[in-house]
Amino acid sequence: MTISDQIEQELRSGAPAPGELPDVSEAAAAAGLLDVAYATLDSPVGTLLVAVTPRGLVRLAYLDAGEEEASVLEQLAATVSPRVLAAPRKLDEPRRELDQYFAGRRRQFELPLDWRLTRGFARRVLEATARIPYGGTATYKQVAGEAGNARAYRAAGNALGSNPIPIVVPCHRILHSGGGLGGYTGGLERKRVLLGVEGYSGLKQP
Amino acid sequence: MPHRRVSSVVNLPPFQQLLDLHGRDVHRFLVATVGRVDADDCYQETWVAALRAYPKLRDGSNLRSWIFTVAYRKAIDHIRARRRAPVAVGAVADTPSAAATGPPTTPDEDLWAQVRGLPDKQRTALAMRYVADAGYDEISAAMGTSEDAARRNVHEALKRLRTEYKR
Repeated sequence: MTISDQIEQELRSGAPAPGELPDVSEAAAAAGLLDVAYATLDSPVGTLLVAVTPRGLVRLAYLDAGEEEASVLEQLAATVSPRVLAAPRKLDEPRRELDQYFAGRRRQFELPLDWRLTRGFARRVLEATARIPYGGTATYKQVAGEAGNARAYRAAGNALGSNPIPIVVPCHRILHSGGGLGGYTGGLERKRVLLGVEGYSGLKQP
Repeated sequence: MPHRRVSSVVNLPPFQQLLDLHGRDVHRFLVATVGRVDADDCYQETWVAALRAYPKLRDGSNLRSWIFTVAYRKAIDHIRARRRAPVAVGAVADTPSAAATGPPTTPDEDLWAQVRGLPDKQRTALAMRYVADAGYDEISAAMGTSEDAARRNVHEALKRLRTEYKR
């Protein structure tokens, strides 16, 4: 082996890097540049992606319900800001409240919400949904009425189906007029689990 | 067929994606150019500066070269600041190079100390080439030189290392 080969080989093997890279999210937050912080967390209804902005909780996504982490993050980059960073410590408060909720120890979320991913009628439907108390339910028609147009219950259904903050904005509390489950973005099984957590027992057997 | 309109709004990927894809290479590049002790600070400064500029980027097609441009400038700033800084009195006398490279040196450290002694452009081009496995096109894009100049910088750096190595 010539000296040149030896040098090139040593250069290629590189200066040894540490196993863990320095954290960037804390420095980014300190500089006021952390527009969207996210983390994934485990829950009884599967892995959740949770994202906050300086205003509050902006997105909560079920990762296996046809949504990949990458596509959720791309949406956030396109609609909120491309300054999207994994920052588990920024998500401590949502994690704590969600854990308490699933353990049956929290009836109301106190997290500030960032509503910017919704607007117009859909926003009003979701705001009305957020006022339904723990353990209670309402019909699609009722929330449509609360949002200003009782006949627009189909539009209300669409708004609930694209709820950017499920669980915390409790779209699982909206049922069909006859007491049927209706639909749910994360799948009906999740809707049942969430209603069960809240002790709702009025569900008709399928 | 009508000419395809180029959108003025670039669809930038979530910043975390850049960190995941290039973080390790950027860190290795910085260890090679500024040394292990300063690499962590330099790394954070690089990514914070990049994050600050990110939403205003007009071209999202070559983000790897872009992040290396930022890292390259941070490394140069660091090296210049260090050269200007007065040597602390009483700090590890007689072995200034040990103070700069930090923890006990491995045999490889000889070579890396020599790399850090190269002129800015040679050191940067060499580190990108061998540590970050960059092509000459990437090196020239990151350093704002021609590809020929990038190739020449690497060549000159190797030549210099050969004459100084293990003497």
